[in-house]
Amino acid sequence: MLQIRNLFKAAFKSLMKNGTRSLLTSLGIIIGVSAVIVMVAIGEGAQTVIEEGINSLGTNLIIVFPGVSQSGGVSRGAGSFNRFTFDDVEKIRKEATLLRAVSPVVRSGGQIIGGVGNWFTTVYGVSPEYFEIRNWEIEKGAFFTERDDRSSKKVALLGATVAKQLFPDEDPTGRQIRIRNTPFTIIGVLKAKGQSGMGTDQDDIILAPSTTVLYRLRGGRWVDMLNASAMSAATNKRAQEELRTILREAHRLNEGDDDDFTIRDQAEIAETASETSRVMTLLLGSIAAVSLIVGGIGIMNIMLVSVTERTREIGIRMAVGAKGKDILIQFLVESIVLSLIGGIVGIMLGTLSSKLISAIFHWPIFTSVSAIALSFFFAGFVGVFFGFYPARKASLLDPIEALRYE
Amino acid sequence: MGDVAVHALRGIDLLVEKGEFLAIMGPSGSGKSTLMNLLGCLDEPTSGEYYLDGKPVAGMSKNEYADIRNQKIGFVFQGFNLLARTSALENVELPLFYDRTRRIRNPKAAALEALDRVGLGTRVKHHPNTLSGGEQQRVAIARALVNQPAIILADEPTGNLDTRTSVDVLSVFQELNDQGITVILVTHERDLAQYAKRIIEMRDGHLLRDARVENRRLASVDLAEFHDEGAYELE
Repeated sequence: MLQIRNLFKAAFKSLMKNGTRSLLTSLGIIIGVSAVIVMVAIGEGAQTVIEEGINSLGTNLIIVFPGVSQSGGVSRGAGSFNRFTFDDVEKIRKEATLLRAVSPVVRSGGQIIGGVGNWFTTVYGVSPEYFEIRNWEIEKGAFFTERDDRSSKKVALLGATVAKQLFPDEDPTGRQIRIRNTPFTIIGVLKAKGQSGMGTDQDDIILAPSTTVLYRLRGGRWVDMLNASAMSAATNKRAQEELRTILREAHRLNEGDDDDFTIRDQAEIAETASETSRVMTLLLGSIAAVSLIVGGIGIMNIMLVSVTERTREIGIRMAVGAKGKDILIQFLVESIVLSLIGGIVGIMLGTLSSKLISAIFHWPIFTSVSAIALSFFFAGFVGVFFGFYPARKASLLDPIEALRYE
Repeated sequence: MGDVAVHALRGIDLLVEKGEFLAIMGPSGSGKSTLMNLLGCLDEPTSGEYYLDGKPVAGMSKNEYADIRNQKIGFVFQGFNLLARTSALENVELPLFYDRTRRIRNPKAAALEALDRVGLGTRVKHHPNTLSGGEQQRVAIARALVNQPAIILADEPTGNLDTRTSVDVLSVFQELNDQGITVILVTHERDLAQYAKRIIEMRDGHLLRDARVENRRLASVDLAEFHDEGAYELE
């Protein structure tokens, strides 16, 4: 083997003789690599935000949604839409051993009037356990208590967004607001959580005692969903199983009946959300990878031209003792150097444009080392793959004919 | 190869001694180029034998031929065949780049020495396009020398040069030959062949004549005459 260092030096020198052409040829790789990096950075940035958002939902969160009631495979239809009652919640509180806390969620909403104007938002009726389950912290004032919940007290906690809209310049604690004409006293403001993974503003809410919302705002007896948290991540699955048993009992379901509710945990929610963004990352990445392949074809094209142009040089090299494989390696190294230089410039350009995009559009962007490494090696692979055919063609030349070539 | 077998050479029996200066002459189509390619291990004979430096060569693989070209043969071509945009020094170093035996420890020093021997010690950084034809051919001769070959094969080395420069180049060959290097020169100019020690003439693939040179010319003397007269005509 000839010395690797000399080979690369010679290749670099020979590429420099046609500087502009080499640059234009590697432009395909430059664009390909930087596209891969930017696309993956955008995708991974989105994924990171989604995961963070889901973690901010709460610890070991379990959500129980109502479902359509079925009996023996026969759906009872939309009218049988089975929701939960406070009795269900009580039963769970009494019987569950693997749950740290459980809270009903009663959703209502509408126009809120108070402070400097009005605002449309969602009101969640919850029990005090909800604060712990969903990791809410207080900014000003205090959470409401179990007694407030029991006595349907008309108190409310404002999300940061709502507080900012209605009381931009003052502390809303102790002030009155009207939720769909029902007066509530504000007892506190929640600490901001920011956007959720799905892009919704988690702070655009009002929290009030569950009974107050159900009896004074919405009416009826149905709770929309249940939020619970397991003792630990390890017991999460068993806690869900226990919850299921209790709820089936509460809803008087027979052995063969399907559940009339759906239990999902945070991990599942996270998975669904990040699966979506992973597919997006993959899609963007593969579109970018196509441009790498196009760049590779450009390299092959130029290397073929180069072999023809340098037939005489190949003849000279063979005359002074170069073997077929020496010529093969020479041209292969040239195409590898071409694509690796393209790769390096592409990485710099890609990283720079990712930073630029995130600065200008305020997109969350995460430049991953693995994407950089992958696109670099892929660029090298493109060099070998598309450089091989021209290099082999060069190595098979007959020295006498090559020397005679004009 | 071609569909019709062409016998470019028939029944050639040639012995070249070490230290000889042989000129091969003949009109085009006489087979001298084929002979040159065979001697230079660029081509393989369909039949017959070739001993180079005492060892049989015919029937070797392509890679073995490449090694022989690298270590035992130095080529000088009509068209110089230097790498463009590459310095004289790098051109001369080229054969050593492919020398796997690493018998020459310091390629750069060896290349500088070879350039010095052909009188270009001061122009090593120059690229071929900044050198005159004679100088380019000297670089090519240095390249042929650098790997200490058994023979130097020169195929019409003065074909692209004027008379004076031709004599100049031949003076380099004569000098090298005096130092013991075997030189084989292909030319169709009878006058230039007179600088060799022995001339063979070829026609239609046959050896027509093989004779020692009477009244051998000395390039150094002729060159001195150039200086004296300012002009010179080959007789």
